[in-house]
Amino acid sequence: MIEKLKPEPAIQSSKDASKIIIEITGMHKWFGAFHVLKNINLKVSTGERIVICGPSGSGKSTLIRCINRLEEHQEGKIVVDDVELTGDLKNIEIIRSEVGIVFQQFNLFPHLTVLENCSLAPIWVRNMAKAEAEDLALKYLERVQIPEQAKKYPGQLSGGQQQRVAIARSLCMNPKIMLFDEPTSALDPEMIKEVLDVMVELAETGVTMLVVTHEMGFATAVADRVIFMDEGEIIEQKPPNEFFQNPEHDRTKLFLSQILAH
Amino acid sequence: MAVISETIPGTRNSLTRLWNNQQARSVIIQILTVAIVFALLALILRNVVNNLEAIGKEFSFKFLMYPAAYDITFSPFIEYTSRSTHLRAAVVGILNTLLVAVCGIVLATVMGFLMGILRLSKNWLINRLVYCFLEFTRNVPVLLHILFIHGIIVTQLRPPRQAMNFADSFFLSNRGFFIPQPVWEPIAWIIAVVFIVSVTFVFFFRRWAKKVQDETGRVYPVFWISAGVIVGATAVAFIATGMPLSWSIPELRGFNFKGGLAIKPEFIALWLALSYYTSCFIAEIVRAGILAVSYGQTEAAAALGLTRNRTLQLIVIPQAIRVIIPPLASQYLNLTKNSSLAIAIGYMDVVATVGGITLMQTGKEMETMIIVLLTYLVISMVISGFMNWFNKKTALVER
Ligand SMILES: Nc1ncnc2c1ncn2[C@@H]1O[C@H](COP(=O)(O)OP(=O)(O)OP(=O)(O)O)[C@@H](O)[C@H]1O
Ligand SMILES: [Mg+2]
Repeated sequence: MIEKLKPEPAIQSSKDASKIIIEITGMHKWFGAFHVLKNINLKVSTGERIVICGPSGSGKSTLIRCINRLEEHQEGKIVVDDVELTGDLKNIEIIRSEVGIVFQQFNLFPHLTVLENCSLAPIWVRNMAKAEAEDLALKYLERVQIPEQAKKYPGQLSGGQQQRVAIARSLCMNPKIMLFDEPTSALDPEMIKEVLDVMVELAETGVTMLVVTHEMGFATAVADRVIFMDEGEIIEQKPPNEFFQNPEHDRTKLFLSQILAH
Repeated sequence: MAVISETIPGTRNSLTRLWNNQQARSVIIQILTVAIVFALLALILRNVVNNLEAIGKEFSFKFLMYPAAYDITFSPFIEYTSRSTHLRAAVVGILNTLLVAVCGIVLATVMGFLMGILRLSKNWLINRLVYCFLEFTRNVPVLLHILFIHGIIVTQLRPPRQAMNFADSFFLSNRGFFIPQPVWEPIAWIIAVVFIVSVTFVFFFRRWAKKVQDETGRVYPVFWISAGVIVGATAVAFIATGMPLSWSIPELRGFNFKGGLAIKPEFIALWLALSYYTSCFIAEIVRAGILAVSYGQTEAAAALGLTRNRTLQLIVIPQAIRVIIPPLASQYLNLTKNSSLAIAIGYMDVVATVGGITLMQTGKEMETMIIVLLTYLVISMVISGFMNWFNKKTALVER
């Protein structure tokens, strides 16, 4: 009730809108002998919304997982919010608490209620009081339109509801950057829309978003830039209209024809 | 089904209706089952009593009051001489079974969890070493392990006069392991009280710390404070009361040691063999339990900024425990029942006393076997009852 005012999630003022929040330069990554990511260069401004697409196995997941160091890169430099990602564990924890990620498989904690899933990190990472954390969790559960499920366990929810809880769980950490790794591809068609709606609404708050998805409607509606990857390289990046209407590279054309074919 | 039979009342006779009612049917079946089981039991019992009478034996437990007239070399808890009754011998046996079961469960759990975690180590050498030990141990019958350890102790260790001597206070010989025994002065009760008080304090401190965290978000290093308080307060009390502790050191007198605490070779052999044998199964259970928590869970927790330890504490362990508990319970039951192999090396457990010598001397097969059986049944039921309760407490809520 007497809730203290928490800062709103990363609504960007115009003055730092041009600030670079993610800067990747000359980055390479190998899985053993397999060269997954080749010479990646990418700059993302604060508040930018980027959609990443490309054929299966092209390294899209690996790329965004490098940004919060769920994967380690071997060469080049990744700077997130002025902090360079190195082996320094404290830095990694700080970056991770500022970068939210939503997985294809939701990865909710099955032994905790929806409310506990959402309030866990604010309590243990942000050292927030329980009541405060729960208010915060409820606020974001309302934002994703499932406050009435707060007391249930993940196993009792539909896929679409679970993915929305996962989004709320990330938002509770008040992240500056949100990463999405194919958030709708494990969902039945009728649930895809409810998750996309939440993401579109989220895009309007001004948080920086990197979304791996093949939902081209979402890309057109929301993205500032679409990045096409193939075989571990960034092949092409353009605003969505240009990207869909006159792709430059043959590989992009081929990919788009395949995507739009079904 | 129930709905149909109720919507058209009177169209069938009442018995059919009862039978078609789901709840009623299940009650009827249960009553019938219990009745049949008891009838069978009664039949068997009558048969036994009749047959025993036919060969001139009477079914009675009076023999328990007669002198046992045999020696039990290992009775750490109660006084026992060969003039004691069979009842007392039975109690000694039951206590010895309990002792080795409890000690075995504790050691097997510690070793099992340790090896299970080592098996997950990324260090190739450690991983392989533990794996080889596990595979070898698991695939040899436990009886051989018991005989093996016992064999080492009695054949490879020297007699007391040439015992392995550690700092003049620990002696390893073929008559057992002799260690200093703590002797407390009367005033030591103060230390005990302080210890209990500090444990109680820690109990309330943890609740208080939880409350503070809930209210303000402040996180105390609860584990270290708890450990510090208990160890610290007890140590202070120990020093303040003038260290009222002395040690009775084992000393060689004639052919054996006097003073100190003697741990018999039979006990050591049985305890160690049962523990490390069972710990191999527990290690695999623990490993499987931890692996059952998908890597996605750890990643999701890490991605939220939780530290490695918090991830273990809040996400991995609570989920792994659910997978571990049920098979762990059956390992505890196995260990307890395997302890009956004690008889092979002369450890006087309930099988060796009541089910062995007492049976031989009195010829009371039925009665002694009932005692042995009930002993294992009660221990097993206590273990599985506890584990079931724990399992229920931690069960996952699914749709
Ligand atoms: N942990 C790993 N170890 C070894 N190889 C891996 C690992 N993770 C991914 N790969 C390989 O790296 C390549 C890129 O994988 P990644 O998951 O990034 O592709 P993706 O573009 O996300 O594909 P998809 O659309 O199927 O999700 C694939 O060939 C994959 O087999
Ligand atoms: Mg992927």
